[in-house]
Amino acid sequence: MKLAAIQKRMARAVMTPLAPGDNMQRRVSGMGDMRRYAATFIKPNDRLTSFERLELYNRQYWWRVLAALQEDFPGLRAVLGDKKFDTMSKAYLIDCPSTSFTLRNLGKKLEGWLARHPKWAGKDQRLALDITRLEMADIEAFDGKTEPALKPEDISALASGSLKLRLQPYIQLLDFKYPVDDLLLAVRDSDEGAAFASNAFSQRRKRRRVRATAKLKPAEIFLAVHRIDESVYFRRLAREEFLILRALRDGKSLSQAIDLGFRNSKTPIVERADAVQKWFQHWATLGWFCKAAQKAVLA
Amino acid sequence: MPANRFNGFTDYGIGIGLRSPHYDHILTKKPVCDWFEIISENFMIDGGRPLRILDQILEQYRVVQHGVSMYFGSADRLDREHLRRLKELVRRTKTPWLSDHLCWGSVDGRYTHDLLPMPYTFEAAKITAQKVRAVRDFLEIPVAVENVSSYAEFHVSEMTEWEFLNEVVERADCGILLDVNNIYVSSQNHNFDPLEYVNGIPAERVAQIHIAGHSKYRKYILDTHDHPVIDPVWKLYERAIQRVGHTATLLEWDDSIPSFREVHDEALKANKFLASALLKKAV
Repeated sequence: MKLAAIQKRMARAVMTPLAPGDNMQRRVSGMGDMRRYAATFIKPNDRLTSFERLELYNRQYWWRVLAALQEDFPGLRAVLGDKKFDTMSKAYLIDCPSTSFTLRNLGKKLEGWLARHPKWAGKDQRLALDITRLEMADIEAFDGKTEPALKPEDISALASGSLKLRLQPYIQLLDFKYPVDDLLLAVRDSDEGAAFASNAFSQRRKRRRVRATAKLKPAEIFLAVHRIDESVYFRRLAREEFLILRALRDGKSLSQAIDLGFRNSKTPIVERADAVQKWFQHWATLGWFCKAAQKAVLA
Repeated sequence: MPANRFNGFTDYGIGIGLRSPHYDHILTKKPVCDWFEIISENFMIDGGRPLRILDQILEQYRVVQHGVSMYFGSADRLDREHLRRLKELVRRTKTPWLSDHLCWGSVDGRYTHDLLPMPYTFEAAKITAQKVRAVRDFLEIPVAVENVSSYAEFHVSEMTEWEFLNEVVERADCGILLDVNNIYVSSQNHNFDPLEYVNGIPAERVAQIHIAGHSKYRKYILDTHDHPVIDPVWKLYERAIQRVGHTATLLEWDDSIPSFREVHDEALKANKFLASALLKKAV
């Protein structure tokens, strides 16, 4: 048997879902009796059959990828509950196995997949999609690229209607139907304590987490997931603020972005200039605008 | 062989794996540690805290890169995006050499994120060596391949594991990262004499040595990196040092990670064997 054939054969078995009890399945469609299948390429030894040796790798694969999703999506886990999250994760990983050298990207397709498979998204698909998107944005913001930032004085010196500003690549702009930022912070808060808790204590925390999820009522929010001193933060944005930032991200000029931001806005016209000035001051203080992009535009 | 062309002619001593629970201790207390090994993939990112910490570490310590997903032994083609990001990191760390495992883990672009065992065939050795050469040529630094722990053997194998390792490194003209814990784990799982393995490898190609702990189960041993090094592994290390001389040594501890001091103290036990190697050289 050639190298490629052995690897295809083994990978197929390793990535086959485990049976209940975390054992390798005895029969699998397309592979038949797994004891025979394993014996065709794996040697037994004096303690383990070919099947049992292959099973070690089958288990390791599933435990590793399931643990990675659990670590990356504690909020979705709180929304769905442990059992449903586990079955959803298995279904997702069968459809969307890792195609990246890093486990960081394992959940990249999860939101889209949940949108196409509502049966795995729990009672409220919108909530599941929102929390999934926030958790992936958190990952992207954590290790996204930083470019040299424009200081507030740079911006005021350059300000003009046709100016194009670019946002830092790590900033994620998101709109939600649920206040999932509060939910995720509550979940993290309870998980942080759980590491040091006794069993009884962790049960109490689990109940708190479930209550936090159950209490969540729909409310449209606009959010920037950003970094300060390399730590990720969530910042709520006004609707207009969000629209301006999104327009700037899409490459619109400053004046176009402001027009878009206040289209259909309820903010009185007389208050708009002050609001814009305050927002820009704040964004610049947080270092959200990039110097490198600025130079390119001016050139 | 403290310095050779496979470790960039360096003479590193005892290091430990750089792990996040120790970041604060390292950055605030600045403990003496000869060098740190990083998992390359943890830093093959665009920005953020991991890279900032790495830069702070690089200001004060020597760092060597160790990868977990190059999959030299995979029949798949090399992942160009992986290589591009790896080269960026190599430029950042200025690692004198780079290591990854003699294994495979992806098929048709789907990743298992595991270090899967190789069939020990001449065809596999040829494919693997070609990829090692391609990676070294692209990265322009010495590359060392590490023997993995394994739990399965293949019917098609045509040689022992150490013969396969020799076949690959001779064809690729590359170095070896000799993991003596992995040799011990595999010897127990596959019933071979680990000393025969240590005695069978080309000593002049060893760029670095790994030591670690593991977990013993009723019918097999798993390479878990969550315990101190056991005596039989120290004995293998002693034999390896007798053969290869004073060589860069690294303790891996990846799960249930104790304090920096505990991990470092465990690593420093290697000094006993390194000192006798130095003494022998002096005599």
